[in-house]
Amino acid sequence: MEKPRNERAWLLVLPVCLIVAFSAILPLMTVVNYSVQDIVSPEQRVFVGWEWFKDILRDPELQAAFVRQLVFSATVLAIELPLGLSIALCMPRSGWRASLITVLVGMPLLIPWNVVGTIWQVFARTDIGLGGAALHGLGLDYNYASHSLDAWLTVVAMDVWHWTPLVVLLCYGGLRAIPEAYYRAAAIDGASRWATFRHIELPKLTGVLTIGVLLRFMDSFVIYTEPFVLTGGGPGNSTTFLSQHLSTMAVGQFDLGRAAAFSLVYFLMILVVCYVFYNLMTRGERDDLAKPEGKV
Amino acid sequence: MIRKGWLALFLLLTFLPLYWMVNMSLRTNEEILAGFHLLPNRPSLANYRVIFTEESWYRGYLNSLTYVAINTLLSVAVALPAAYAFSRFRFLGSRHLFFWLLTNRMSPPAVFLLPFLELYSSVSLFDTPWAVALAHTLFNVPLAVWVLEGFMSAIPREIDETAYLDGYSFPRFFVRIFLPLVRTGVGVTAFFCFMFSWAELLFARTLTAVDAKPIAATMTRTVSAAGMDWGVLAAAGVLTLVPGALVIWFVRNYIAKGFALGRV
Repeated sequence: MEKPRNERAWLLVLPVCLIVAFSAILPLMTVVNYSVQDIVSPEQRVFVGWEWFKDILRDPELQAAFVRQLVFSATVLAIELPLGLSIALCMPRSGWRASLITVLVGMPLLIPWNVVGTIWQVFARTDIGLGGAALHGLGLDYNYASHSLDAWLTVVAMDVWHWTPLVVLLCYGGLRAIPEAYYRAAAIDGASRWATFRHIELPKLTGVLTIGVLLRFMDSFVIYTEPFVLTGGGPGNSTTFLSQHLSTMAVGQFDLGRAAAFSLVYFLMILVVCYVFYNLMTRGERDDLAKPEGKV
Repeated sequence: MIRKGWLALFLLLTFLPLYWMVNMSLRTNEEILAGFHLLPNRPSLANYRVIFTEESWYRGYLNSLTYVAINTLLSVAVALPAAYAFSRFRFLGSRHLFFWLLTNRMSPPAVFLLPFLELYSSVSLFDTPWAVALAHTLFNVPLAVWVLEGFMSAIPREIDETAYLDGYSFPRFFVRIFLPLVRTGVGVTAFFCFMFSWAELLFARTLTAVDAKPIAATMTRTVSAAGMDWGVLAAAGVLTLVPGALVIWFVRNYIAKGFALGRV
């Protein structure tokens, strides 16, 4: 059913527009303003055009941070999606046990992000942390505060711990929407567990998996708080991802022009991924309207 | 059997780090540094007492709760009419506007750091709860609109039409009939606004200095100081879990929905 046109609906969205104009448009304009000027002092500003943009695109440190970011996002996606899906397949489909397990699985999602950092900071320490001490006990020379690789692996482990539950709950929701009749039909046909998964469950999960991929990509691409608390970006730069690089540039060094130019490039990347996200999500809704039973 | 074992292993690994923080929060600093024990020898609530009696700690919680409450009320209040508009009508630029809201939810907060600092200083809101509450509307208003729109679209439009035929005006219809129908949605939305504002660190830390310093910032600053008090830090962490732990049972079926912006 097509929604009716009504221009007066603008009055209803006006408050949202005003508040977002204040908290998003106004600041973005300032960023644009900074990105094309060299601000020596408040009175002395020089228009420099594209210089800052050219400068940051050639900046080796930034390129390194970008590569680090991509590798990190790809790694967490590659671990969290299969793991989340496999856990969701193990969960009971109904009853009080299902509710209880949902609550237990969802717990890490509701922990404030800086506390996630704190939890892992405490857990992974070799002297007082259970995880770190256990690795030491196994004879590994593990120390996230001084070895780059250990720090990176700890951040990955933390992200997997924190966000796999989201993939689990998304997939679980998708699985529960599959009618029992499908499974009975498969059983009558003598389908193996793998065939049931491949031909019944997986096709029904495409929608939620797409959302899972995009959400996890987005959120890991702008990750800031957890590594900031856990490692502060170190040792060296091994866990400095884009957001942290940017905030150091902006607030740490007050490198206005460069930070602003990079902000715009960063924002543009997000915009592109958002556009894909938006189209995939609204396409799903249009399909649902066409065949109402297909709603996941 | 294998499935149960796999699930149990996952849950065990999920709860180990959490357990460890609770464990640390019940031990004194001397005991933590003295030796390694799976169970606290003499559990004590001394760390919690520190937090409830020292002003620098409990002020952090009060400051956080202040801006989180302002932000949640503000976000839900402005999002309600907007979500109704998006769920019921098409209007000039409605699709673009909806998309634009999504980009705000997804954009990296670090991009807005510098301009926010300048903006809130120039309107002299820096170091007040209002600065943080307004800054958090950047991602919470879009979140609230998207999630509420999902809930509202599930309510058949015939209800609106019948109410108008019965002579209800729009405000009366909205408050008396429509809001009670979407009350689950409003509750879930408020919960997620609360959660995201409570969890955010970057803005909260940058836009405050002394008077409005949130608990998240208090915790990181303790970490950077020499001679860390691990027990108190763990206790502070455990206390920040309380709001989530209290309501998780009621939102259990909506957790994924909240994170997926109501699109699941």
